[in-house]
Amino acid sequence: MSDTLVDLDEVLTRYEPVIGLETHVELGTASKMFCGCSTTFGAEPNTQTCPVCLGLPGALPVVNEAAIESTIRIGLALGCRIASWSRFARKNYFYPDIPKGFQTSQYDEPLCTAGHLDIELDGETYRVEIERVHIEEDTGKNLHVGGATGRIHGADHSLVDYNRAGIPLVEIVTRPIPGTGAKAPEVARAYVTELREILLALGVSEVRMEQGNLRSDVNTSLAPIGSLDWGTRTETKNVNSLRSVERSVRFEMRRQAAVLDAGERVVQETRHFHEDSGSTSSGRSKEEATDYRYFPEPDLVPIAPDEEWVEALRAALPELPAARRVRLREEWGLSDTEMAWIVNAGALALVSDTVAAGASPGDARKWWLGELARRANDSGVELTDLAVTPKQVAELAALVAAGTVNDQLARQALDGVLAGEGDPAAVVESRGLAVMGDSDELVAAVEAAIEGNPDVADKVRGGKVQAIGALVGAVMKTTRGKADAATVKRMLEERLVSN
Amino acid sequence: MSDVTSSSAADLSSALQSGELSSVEVTRAYLDRIAADDDTIGAYLHVDAEAALASAESIDAARAKGAELGPLAGVPLALKDVVVTEGVRTTSGSKILDGWRPPYDATLAARLKAAGTVLLGKTNMDEFAMGSSTENSAYKVTRNPWDTDRVPGGSSGGSSAAVAAGLAPWAIGTDTGGSIRQPAALTGLVGHKPTYGSVSRYGLIAFSSSLDQAGPMTRTVLDAALLHEAVAGHDPLDSTSIDSPVPVLAESARRGAEGDLAGLRVGVVTELGGDGHTDGYDPGVLERAAEAVALLEGMGAEVRQISCPAFDLALPAYYLIAPSEASSNLARFDGVRYGLRAGDDGSRDLDEVMALTREQGFGPEVKRRIILGTYALSSGYYDAYYGQAQKVRTLITRDFTTAWDDVDVLVSPTSPTVAWPIGSRVDDPIAMYAADLCTLPASLAGVPAISVPCGLSEGLPVGFQIMAPALADDRCYRVAAALEAAQDAARGHALLAGIAPKENAPS
Amino acid sequence: MGPTYSDPVTSRPESGPPGIAEVEFHRSMSTPSPKGQLTRDEVAHLAHLSRLAVSDEELDLFAGQLAAVLDAVAQVGKADVTDVTPTTHAVPMTNVMRPDVVRPSLPRDVVLAGAPAAEDDRFRVPRILGEEA
Repeated sequence: MSDTLVDLDEVLTRYEPVIGLETHVELGTASKMFCGCSTTFGAEPNTQTCPVCLGLPGALPVVNEAAIESTIRIGLALGCRIASWSRFARKNYFYPDIPKGFQTSQYDEPLCTAGHLDIELDGETYRVEIERVHIEEDTGKNLHVGGATGRIHGADHSLVDYNRAGIPLVEIVTRPIPGTGAKAPEVARAYVTELREILLALGVSEVRMEQGNLRSDVNTSLAPIGSLDWGTRTETKNVNSLRSVERSVRFEMRRQAAVLDAGERVVQETRHFHEDSGSTSSGRSKEEATDYRYFPEPDLVPIAPDEEWVEALRAALPELPAARRVRLREEWGLSDTEMAWIVNAGALALVSDTVAAGASPGDARKWWLGELARRANDSGVELTDLAVTPKQVAELAALVAAGTVNDQLARQALDGVLAGEGDPAAVVESRGLAVMGDSDELVAAVEAAIEGNPDVADKVRGGKVQAIGALVGAVMKTTRGKADAATVKRMLEERLVSN
Repeated sequence: MSDVTSSSAADLSSALQSGELSSVEVTRAYLDRIAADDDTIGAYLHVDAEAALASAESIDAARAKGAELGPLAGVPLALKDVVVTEGVRTTSGSKILDGWRPPYDATLAARLKAAGTVLLGKTNMDEFAMGSSTENSAYKVTRNPWDTDRVPGGSSGGSSAAVAAGLAPWAIGTDTGGSIRQPAALTGLVGHKPTYGSVSRYGLIAFSSSLDQAGPMTRTVLDAALLHEAVAGHDPLDSTSIDSPVPVLAESARRGAEGDLAGLRVGVVTELGGDGHTDGYDPGVLERAAEAVALLEGMGAEVRQISCPAFDLALPAYYLIAPSEASSNLARFDGVRYGLRAGDDGSRDLDEVMALTREQGFGPEVKRRIILGTYALSSGYYDAYYGQAQKVRTLITRDFTTAWDDVDVLVSPTSPTVAWPIGSRVDDPIAMYAADLCTLPASLAGVPAISVPCGLSEGLPVGFQIMAPALADDRCYRVAAALEAAQDAARGHALLAGIAPKENAPS
Repeated sequence: MGPTYSDPVTSRPESGPPGIAEVEFHRSMSTPSPKGQLTRDEVAHLAHLSRLAVSDEELDLFAGQLAAVLDAVAQVGKADVTDVTPTTHAVPMTNVMRPDVVRPSLPRDVVLAGAPAAEDDRFRVPRILGEEA
């Protein structure tokens, strides 16, 4: 597999990308879409199954009302029209992870259509048109055994766990997104990021991408600049991190440009994304188009949300992220740019929660975008993955503000928190990080510094006040940073400067 | 109590409640008959005598202790093998489910269990209920007790044969295009297909989801009403279950038996055996049906001819809709989670094993219908076949709706012919499908329809069908009971009393 | 909102909601011949799509029988269905839903008891060829 790649800058001199995303979100309902089995993640295999989600003969589905409400709420948050008549359909195909021989989905009568989501990126707004939002059921999970890598190819056999089968899955489909040019990879990522924020705000899913709560199929095509037609698209399946969304688009743009440059045609196909290499590879090139033989699911009756129901759900929508950002920016007194930094760092919720825990907006921002961002970057993880909570950060900021620790000690306290030693105050206590007060130890250190540096002391006494810095440094050295520099300076001045 | 194995379930219920009979006595009488005669009839796929006697004993013990028991407590019954029963083999007549023991009960099985009925066994059927003669069972041939060289109808032929032969007092069948009514007609029983949605489908192995409906197959109209009442009613596990009270059925049957039909408006459907539509109908069947209509008129009913032109297309519409849904419903039989798996020798991949499993597990009629249904749902053919059939279905429903402006019930023969010789139609699917001609319209429209015996032709039973508007099942029972009472009075005994094993038959 | 049931029995209100509900369920990609013609090859393709490893003898038999059946069922094409909405459900109900409440699952040993093959508490199947999902 050695794909030739064209540099991205060069791609854009000749081609115009069009992207599109189909995003699957597992809803956070307590029970499955069509039965009462629990949806708890990580349960022992096949312990959350019943006749319905195992597809036993005779079992019948019944729709989970909370899943329908969540779907409608997602549609409303995306500005969709909510259908007054919607139906389930059977998508027929054989695969061991679908227990009924068909997936219950929606076909031509989805719950929500024709919405949009505005994406802000580097001061520009991109409108992503939403074609549809529909509800379906997730599949079970296949585990491939006997191959070298746990992949399907080369496996000896496979094992199926149906715990995930039947978990409600919402599919959000965009229309093709043209006009993003060089920003296509970032727009794709920003779209999924914003969608995730909305889903979190709605509380409809935990949206844990590492648990597969949110997976995107990313469509990418290239057309020669100026062409009236769009190019042939590829569909990169099941991309399950924000970073991978961006990388998959970038890779496909570079790969497809090479294919087109060579005078060949891009094959319409599904592709798989590889986290390790950041590349995609061809899925099965289908020898025949799959015919899913969709037809209306006769075991379920139509869902016909009336206006009263929809309006009640609309009225109960929470503040959505875009509105929230505007409000917080104003409340925090930040500029657009400052706010954009927070958002782009994926730190809005963290900063906001830190402020809610008592920190000043400035402190919260400083910690998350400064020290904590550095730590995350150093260890190659997301901010949210750091082992520190907004509440702990607020506590740290409070300790600094109260003078209990200085910045340097606070960083040491953070080390302890990240190492799992407990909350900041406890770490300060256990590691003995508190700033020395006007204590005997500090008095002794101050006096030792004056005695040990008589020349400097004399200069200060003689009016060269700025020379006091060297004495402060000496005290800080003997106290190994635990003293508060301002206190030390005051104590030195009391002893050396008259009046 | 004359003979336990020929009396009505209602009489058994009375005898059990009065203490005249114990459940063990009744159950044992039926088990003895099964042991003696089922080798010939072939009605049952599985009988668990020990389990049946054990539950009969527990009912008797409860009764002895003075426990509050329902009217059905201690009465034995048979279930068509399409009904899922916890821990009891359930095959739907197919090899693909050979040996499967379900981990749950169908709602109707649970209700009958809770009512204290005693399960004698599971009855034979056409594989996945696809057939009209029970010859499509993967396991055995079932014979018509009136003439053991003939079919008992289908697909609920095991249930019809069991009840007609005295191997069960009553039974549950399922009806997708006539599979309760047609076998009831061919064996001299009462069989009722309830309004679609009035009996839970949860735990019935699906053939065609938008058509399947379970119902009673019994010796008398009153029995049918009692059994229907026991299984009907809203079920939150079935999304198509109607959440409204069950009409009072037994009471309607009792009132109907008084024989007063004054004011009842009866429509005789022209397209089902009427003028210009007699092709394929036995003359004897049409004569018996005409006599039944005359009897209704004699009891005060106003009779008129009603034309329902779309009924002519019921057969083609049905044979597109049912196979289409079946092709999807039967996709779950893939050898992964339960049932048969064939060809898994380590060399074959999953697709090959699935295809071999289904090839070996399904019989020819099931395969034909899966292929036909797959075709009808295919992209490019959907509109012309499945889509068009669903529109024809709407036209059929409209014909019913129009008719209800003028009449209270519609009537016709249940089956165009009497029971035919075993083997005579197996190689001709079209001829076999024609057996459902009269029963399909009510199935497609989801309205209730009952078949009640209306005499014999060539020494074999003829059934008379009464159809009513959705949720008006009580009308079916009222009219059927009136007809039954009038005929029994004229004949001097119930039709079934005339049944005799072939070797003892007078002719 | 609770389920509703209303007469007459039709699949959806005659004056149905506008928009998406009016969309035809399938777009016709080709028109089948008026007389059903199911060739042996087509039957073979359909059998494959249905995961039926039919034998050559069956193919011959089914092709003949299904051609006859298709001829018969093609009669539905005779109906004038202008402005007729399809009936997909025999009950005219909408909005049948259950509350989001967890109910007990089956015990795993029961779940796996009917499995043709099981391993590590999962259903075991032969190797899967085809697309990685």
